[in-house]
This record gives sequence, C-alpha cells and structure tokens, in this order.
Amino acid sequence: MTVVASEVDSSTDVLDALEAESIHIIREVLAEFERPGLLFSGGKDSVVVLHLLAKAVAPARVPIPVVHVDTGHNFDEVIAFRDATVERYGLNLVVGSMQEYIDDGRLRENADGTRNRLQTRVLLDTIEQNKFDVVFGGARRDEDKARAKERILSLRDEFGGWDPRNQRPEVWSLYNGRHAAGWHVRAFPISNWTERDIWAYIERERIQLPPIYFAHEREVFEREGMIRAVTPVSQPNDDEPVLTRTVRYRTVGDASCTGAVLSEARTVPEVLDELALSTLTERGATRADDRISAAAMEDRKKEGYF
Amino acid sequence: MAHGLFRLATAGSVDDGKSTLVGRLLHDAKAILADSLDDIRRVSAERGFGGDEPALDLALVTDGLRAEREQGITIDVAYRYFTTPARSFILADCPGHVQYTRNTVTGASTADAAVVLVDARNGVVEQTRRHLGVLGLLRVPQVIVAVNKMDLAGWDRGVYEGIRADVEAVAVELGISALSVIPVSALDGDFVVDRGASAPWYTGPTLLELLETLPVVVEQHVPRLDVQLVIRPQGALQPGYDAEEFRDFRGYAGTVSGGSLRVGDAVQVLSAGRPYAASVKGLRSTTGPVEAAHVGDAVVVELDTDIDIARGDTIVAGELPEPVREFAAEVCLLSDVPVTPGQRVLIKHGAQVVQAKVEGIDHVLRVSDFSKHPADRLGLNDLGLVRLRTAVPLAVTDYRDSRAAGSFLLIDPQDGTTLAAGMIESDAGAAHGAAAGRGVPEHAAA
Repeated sequence: MTVVASEVDSSTDVLDALEAESIHIIREVLAEFERPGLLFSGGKDSVVVLHLLAKAVAPARVPIPVVHVDTGHNFDEVIAFRDATVERYGLNLVVGSMQEYIDDGRLRENADGTRNRLQTRVLLDTIEQNKFDVVFGGARRDEDKARAKERILSLRDEFGGWDPRNQRPEVWSLYNGRHAAGWHVRAFPISNWTERDIWAYIERERIQLPPIYFAHEREVFEREGMIRAVTPVSQPNDDEPVLTRTVRYRTVGDASCTGAVLSEARTVPEVLDELALSTLTERGATRADDRISAAAMEDRKKEGYF
Repeated sequence: MAHGLFRLATAGSVDDGKSTLVGRLLHDAKAILADSLDDIRRVSAERGFGGDEPALDLALVTDGLRAEREQGITIDVAYRYFTTPARSFILADCPGHVQYTRNTVTGASTADAAVVLVDARNGVVEQTRRHLGVLGLLRVPQVIVAVNKMDLAGWDRGVYEGIRADVEAVAVELGISALSVIPVSALDGDFVVDRGASAPWYTGPTLLELLETLPVVVEQHVPRLDVQLVIRPQGALQPGYDAEEFRDFRGYAGTVSGGSLRVGDAVQVLSAGRPYAASVKGLRSTTGPVEAAHVGDAVVVELDTDIDIARGDTIVAGELPEPVREFAAEVCLLSDVPVTPGQRVLIKHGAQVVQAKVEGIDHVLRVSDFSKHPADRLGLNDLGLVRLRTAVPLAVTDYRDSRAAGSFLLIDPQDGTTLAAGMIESDAGAAHGAAAGRGVPEHAAA
C-alpha cells in the first residue's frame, strides 16, 4: 500500500508541506472552537498566519476577529500597517490597550519603562472579556528554547498559565481542542516554520509587511550592544550618542525593547541573503526582554504570555 | 507531497547521551548560531564541564527548560529544525525516562525515521526493546540505532558487531524491516556528521549521511479526504473573488490523506454512517483551481450533487471501507486516567468526534518483550488491545494500511483529556478476543 519516493529536494516542497500542515491545523481549530481570535501584532509571523487563515477558508471571508494587545509603545509604521491590513481583509479589530490600564492604575509602569512583560495581564483580560476559547498566535518553535517545547495546541489554565511539565500529547495530525470550562487554548499553526521559511514564504506569496522590516535610515543609539531607535519611548542617555544608521528590524515588538540590525537589505530576496550569512538568532539579536535570563521566555509563558 | 522535508524522532534511555547526540548533530551540521553557542559555552564553563579541558556540554542545546538545565535531564519533547543542502529536518527530541512510552509515541507518530540510542557499554537493554517495540507498533518507516559512547568501548569492532546482531534479532521479532545500525561518539563527534579517524573498520554512512539519503515513504492508500470544514460563503467573500461566480459556492475543505483526487473522479461520501455516490466537480488548492490533489495537500472539494455533507464526513475515491460500529485497536495510554471496560469515551478519528464505549480489554502488552497478558484496566504508558463500540459507524482502515485513516484518539468526555492514542487492527476486531492467543504482533509484515 505504500510507495517509496526517493527524489530529494526543492525548497518549494518544504513550503508546500508547511503551508498544508498549517492550513490543516487552522481548519481544525476553526471547526472545533466556538470563539477563535487571531493575535495580530503586525509582525511578520502574525501576518503570515493571517495569510494562511485566509487561504484556509477561501473564497469565504476570514471569519474571526484580530486581536491587538497594544502596549502603547508601537512603531507608527506598524500601527498604520495593522489598520490597512484590517481594512483590506475586512476584519474586526479588537484592541486591548495597556495605556488605559496604566492611566487608570490597574497596571504600574516598570522602572525601566519597558512594557513587554506587563502585556500578559492585558492579553488575559482581553481573552476573558471577549470570551475567546482559542487564540491563534504566530509563535515558532525555532524562536526560543521554551517555545521549542510547546505544543501546537497549547492548553492554558484559568489563569492563562502554561505548564511545560504537564502538556497534552499531540499524535499524528489529530488535534484535540477540548478543554475544561474556564481554560482556553493558544493555537500555533506555524510552530514548525523557521525564520527562513517565513521569509521564503513571504517572497513566494508576495505578502506585504510593515516597512521597518527593510533597510531604512533612522536615528539610533547603542545600549548594551543593541541598536535602539530614538522614539518618544526610547531616549538615549547623555553618554549614548545619537547616530544616523541604515537599519532594519528582524522582529516587531515594543519600540522600547526591540533592537534594530545594521542592514542594507531593502527587498525580501536581500533579507534572505542576509539571513543566510547571519550568525545571530532572531530574538538574541533584537529582543532585550529575552536577555533577562536563560529562561526568560519560559517564565513569561508560565504567567500567561503568548 | 514534500520530499524536501524530513521528520525525525529520537529515543533513548536516560544517560545514553541522547541530548548530547542531538546537540552534536546540530552543532556539527552548523545549525547553532553564534549567540546560542556563546550561551552554551558560558554555562558549560560555569559548571566546569570537561574538567581541565573546558568543553561544550552539547546537551544544553536541547534542554531548554529551567528544570531541565538544573537537573540535567530532558522533561518533554523538544522540536528542533535544521537544514542541509539536501534536506530540511524537523527533529522531535523525545525524553527517554519516566513517561517514556507516551513521549516516544508523541514524537514518533509522524516521523519518517527514528533514531534509537544504545550505550555501547550496556548493549541492548529492556529500554531498547521498549523503544524499538513502540516504533514498530507505530510503523515508523525507518529505524536507525546509534551505538553511542563507542569511545568508552575503545572503538572495539567486536562490541559494535555484537550489539548490531542483537538489535537485528530484536527488530525482526518486533516487526521492524528498515533498520540501520551506526557506531558513534556523540561526545567526540565521530560518525555523527564527520567520520573522524577512530574506526577505519566502519565503512557505512555517518548519521547525517544516512538522514540525508533515506527515502521518504509516502502512503498511497485509497484516495481519501476527511471533511474538516464546509465552506459556504453566501456572499461573505474575500476581496478579489467574483460575487457572481461564487454565489452558490459550497466546498468541502480537508487534507488528502491517501492517493490522489482528480476532477471527474467518482467518489463515495460517508455521511452520518450512510454512503452516497457523487463525483468531483472541482478542486481548489491554496493557489486556486487544480485538476488533481495529492497526499498531504490541503484542498477544497466541490461535488456535483447536493448531498448534505458536514464536518467529519469522509470522501473516498474508489472503494469505501465498510463502515463499522465495532472494532479493535492497539492503544497507548497517554494520561494517568485509566481505561476500563464499560467506560464512555469520545473517539476522534479523521475530522470527527463521536461517542463510544470501551467494550473490553483483550490484553496488555508487556513492552519489554511484547508478550500479552490479561488485564482489567490500562494505565499510564500501557499498551494494549481494546475493543470499542461507536455511536455511529466509522470508515476505519487498518493502521497497517494507513497511518492517517487507521489512527484515532480516545478523549475523556468530561474535561477533554487525551486518554490514549489508538491504532486500528481490523483483523483482531472480528475474532472477539482471539487476538489474545496470537503470537508476535502481525505488523511484522514489511
């Protein structure tokens, strides 16, 4: 009943297989849950998940809202991109605003002014208030040691917490979305994609991204070996000179803790060439929040981070 | 179907050096970037790894959780990704201890190949038999046994040959047909990616050479698609789709799990236990209309008739498996909730979830030698043959013919816990417990 195919190769094959697997997962989640949402930051991974969602239901419209946990520390270009994307797909946008939480005292600003870790509270409240029983996310297992351990359908308890020691096994392509009342699920359909797969797919599918992913001139300063943009939420100290550099971003996060990389890559093929030569991981190069400890991501995920 | 993507799982007992082997494979295949390597170098030095000659503790590559690093053990399956000019790999690194069976099943259920570690000093031990038995039961197409720590056995050819003979004998007994045995040192790196100079007598491939050239086995069962979603936009179309053309569009979305479906094919649809005839009017892939769809493709099917088809229904080109309400299956318990006769469960098979009852337990397998013993319950990590009865007929297929159509989950109806992974044995079902008298599992057929 089986045949052996011995021909090897072609990266198109890899993208086809990853795309099909992701769409299979997305369709299972759409069918098995009552109220799904898509966590959408405007970053490349959530943009790819949205593209896959549209393919999974085509020609029908994307049937679920997109959810943005807005830290208030955004790059303007990303917010503009978010709104244009929502418009283009005809989506409902749900925003959880951290600024509101800070303004009315539900959250206190961290001493260092970064807000990444604080967003967990806003995320969990937004999930609860909208009665989402599942939210899609663009997390990939190649991003981080803790993410390498997470299931594609990740159960979260009533506090949104993740228990890495007690995960539901996932076998074959059978995804079990059932869960106890009050719990919810985080669904990660692009778990098996690498950063390189994402960029190759963006190129193949001609997917639009926020312009900060491509080389541009920007006023920056250096802190702890990372290149930070000068923005209203990230200002240089007196001993940190402001320089004009040609940079781009590998991830989209808070302007207050996301670093840029020096780059001349102005197109997707140029980004792919640059990645082939890079000796730094995506998050290691650009995310200050992951540098706190070897288990920074794990600790945040146990609290309910996405 | 993609041949460029290769899924790999590992299995090995505690302290066989499995994390180190995976770390070595990734390191020597240059799949670890500089900042991750710096981190590993720093932690290795802090711990004094290697004594007077500081070395890299490559187990740190995969042991990412806080508790894993603190205790030096692997807690759960970790997924790693690496690419060589020949292939892209998805590697499921499965821990070898405590919840061994459950983790091995998780990592190996979709694997194209599995690597089992044997410690050269200990040879084939009970855990080796257990891992090989589970891989045989899951029908992992290729099994590689890495005889590790050959450096500690003085690269003695006789040691390797002895273990190889033992492994081959066990594999025959457990029904594993495609087997390779490689001597390696994960610590030093010999025969993982590079050959090294330790064993001129070994002329076979290195681990990576083997992984790059093993064939991908594609199941070519009867063309089949389990309907995941009914797509009926009724005017709510995505931008760019013509309202007139898609006014009455009704498509059935799913993944092709065997053979190829073509426009014009006569098909049978199994809906709520009843078969209906139809033919394929159109196929849409992720790129638009296509003439054919193959194993693994996520597509949307249009049919020529107005049957009321729902999620969970099955579309088959060719002969529909006889829908049954009773069948037998080998199950592996994945949770600490036991399975007992009379228990009400849910079965997830294909894209449907149906009510079912455990009618009986024929036997529990003693995993060390795969001998069969009577049992009145199955507990965590147990493997055993159960008989099940479902509320509606299911188009099941023997697992030996199709990993996709022959597998299912048992789910706890109360809180949704995944109780067990199941593999259908069509010939065991009819004979009401006769299987208890059978000899070695018949999945031995290659």
